[in-house]
Amino acid sequence: MIELQHVSKGFNGVTVIDDLCLHIARGEFTVILGSSGSGKSTLLKMINRLLEHDSGRIMFAGDEIRSFRPEDIRRRMGYAIQSVGLFPHWSVEKNIATVPTLLKWPSDRIHARVTELMTLLQLAPELYRKRYPHQLSGGQQQRVGVARALAGNPEVLLMDEPFGALDPVTRAALQLEIARIHKAFNKTIVLVTHDIDEALSLATRIVLLDQGRIVQSGTPLQMLSAPANGFVTDFFGRSDVGIKLLGLQSVATRLRAGEYAAGEPVLASSSLREALSMFLSRRVDRLPVVDGDGQALGVIDFSDLLDLRP
Amino acid sequence: MGLVQNRVVAVLVLAGLVAALGLPFLTHAPNRLAAGTGIPLAQLVSDTAGQPIGSWLVWLVLLPALLLVAAVFTRPARSTQILVYLAATLLLTGLAGLAADHATQLAGQSGAIARTSLGGAFWLLAAFSWLAAADAMQRLALKPSWRLLGAGVVIVPLGLLLGGGAFKDLSLLKEYANRQDVFNTALWQHVQIVLASLLPALLIGVPLGLASSRSRALRPPLFAVLNVIQTVPSIALFGLLMAPLALLAASVPVLAQLGIKGIGMAPAVIALTLYALLPVVRSTAAGLSQVSLPVIEAAQGMGLTTQQIFWHVELPLALPIFLSGLRVATVQTIGMAVVAALIGAGGFGAIVFQGLLSGALDLVLLGVLPVVAMAVAVDALLKALALALEPDVND
Repeated sequence: MIELQHVSKGFNGVTVIDDLCLHIARGEFTVILGSSGSGKSTLLKMINRLLEHDSGRIMFAGDEIRSFRPEDIRRRMGYAIQSVGLFPHWSVEKNIATVPTLLKWPSDRIHARVTELMTLLQLAPELYRKRYPHQLSGGQQQRVGVARALAGNPEVLLMDEPFGALDPVTRAALQLEIARIHKAFNKTIVLVTHDIDEALSLATRIVLLDQGRIVQSGTPLQMLSAPANGFVTDFFGRSDVGIKLLGLQSVATRLRAGEYAAGEPVLASSSLREALSMFLSRRVDRLPVVDGDGQALGVIDFSDLLDLRP
Repeated sequence: MGLVQNRVVAVLVLAGLVAALGLPFLTHAPNRLAAGTGIPLAQLVSDTAGQPIGSWLVWLVLLPALLLVAAVFTRPARSTQILVYLAATLLLTGLAGLAADHATQLAGQSGAIARTSLGGAFWLLAAFSWLAAADAMQRLALKPSWRLLGAGVVIVPLGLLLGGGAFKDLSLLKEYANRQDVFNTALWQHVQIVLASLLPALLIGVPLGLASSRSRALRPPLFAVLNVIQTVPSIALFGLLMAPLALLAASVPVLAQLGIKGIGMAPAVIALTLYALLPVVRSTAAGLSQVSLPVIEAAQGMGLTTQQIFWHVELPLALPIFLSGLRVATVQTIGMAVVAALIGAGGFGAIVFQGLLSGALDLVLLGVLPVVAMAVAVDALLKALALALEPDVND
């Protein structure tokens, strides 16, 4: 879908992106992770030509991005940013309709699309359609921002620290939302963040960036279980890598079917991290496992946690 | 505070009493240049009370006045504020009606050259009534659009009386009657000067403001120059322009034929344009630079072209601040255009200076009042426009 070939970019003689190669496949949820100054935002903005790269090639759907008008390529990629950037003088409806309007969709189609997206992002359409951004909470504004980015049915969704300014509860809710949208519509999403937990929970692939170079790229599990070097280990937190790894896998992967244990059960869909917490808080070494309907599936043993299969 | 519940109205009522007792309500003079004798409000009331129209007018002054006195001691609820607003409006109407009625009577008793002018007590009482009405509206905490309407309604009865010819025997209106042609010419000239100054100020100022919001380097020198212009006194600037323009007209006859000379409209318009530039440029630049960067970035990121961003995002978001700058520029130009009469540009300034030179106060007022009215009207108009452009946040 998107391919960067030996791309470099500098500002005033300082190299920010250094001979970077990256292929982003269709349908992938790529999280570009790095500390501030690593060049992650620059990388994202070069994809939709908010910043022009100095050398190398960036391909989008098989074509060099410079063969398009910048406006045209941007209308094919949704774009959401941290401070939302909603137009304060436009209603929620008009904000969401920005790209469809630019694409000259007929008005009944735009209306239907706005309703669809507001429902998708859990903003009651009849209640919020005519509101203005300053009448919404931060979380609602960010929902409108995401809806607006999705409105033109873009092939790619670019998100620059979209949940950075939100409180933890709202952030978790929106992360869940975006993961759901990724699964449901199989969108190609590129998200930039410095939040390690956000990267681990959302990404199908993490690209760890430092000083304009890719340090390592891979699935969350690979990043934790097979770090390429000390920097990666340090970045993900040397001391609690084990805990983070447990957070990536579900109880179902360690299920001992057909066995029985007494006590409060754990859901098969819970993470092993939650299971660990339950082992410790209840001071037991075996927990019964149930599915979403409360049906008994088997048990999980404390020793199963030590079996760190990738 | 105990007994006194509304301190603002209390102060206004007290000051009004002092003014009514201490200053003449009308002055009557045998001709327009002679010093007049003052007629206090009390005498006027007792003279007028017996007559059919007069007694009505006396009540129209006394009743609202008593209501206002009562309001001083009433707990300020919403209904009290509405009552204060209505009473003040009625009082203003009554005062003007009483003055007009008495002037008509005096005109019947003495000759055509005798003059009846409004005295200090009238002006102060009218001002206090206006303040009481404005204060009541402030406390009612109305929506801005309603407040604007309320402020307009206060002067409607006065406008109707004026239009109906009720004030024709007041000196001010006699001066008008004698100089109707001069007045109308002055009005037209004044409007011309203001428009001819504002239009180029906008045509030059808006692009300059735009450029200065785009380029940081341009800002300091541009505003330095505009600030210097703004600090030059207007008379001095008129004077400074006279010499080069006279020279220009002498050497390029075509320009002279177009009416460009050292004196008259040309230097006035140039000077007023220069003065109007600062508020126009500054408000354009300020309006554009307060549009938040993430909004612009989001607009770019979604594929709006530079032009679309300007017309659909930057312009509407900058407009309220720009309009407030335009208001300042317009009101300032209307006022400064008075001084332009000194270099022969005409306008209401010509009437003002004629009045000053001949010592006829009412002639001065005839020039000043329409300027004030024009400034207030344009100010209100542009405020209303800014309100209309703001998104409705109360739905």
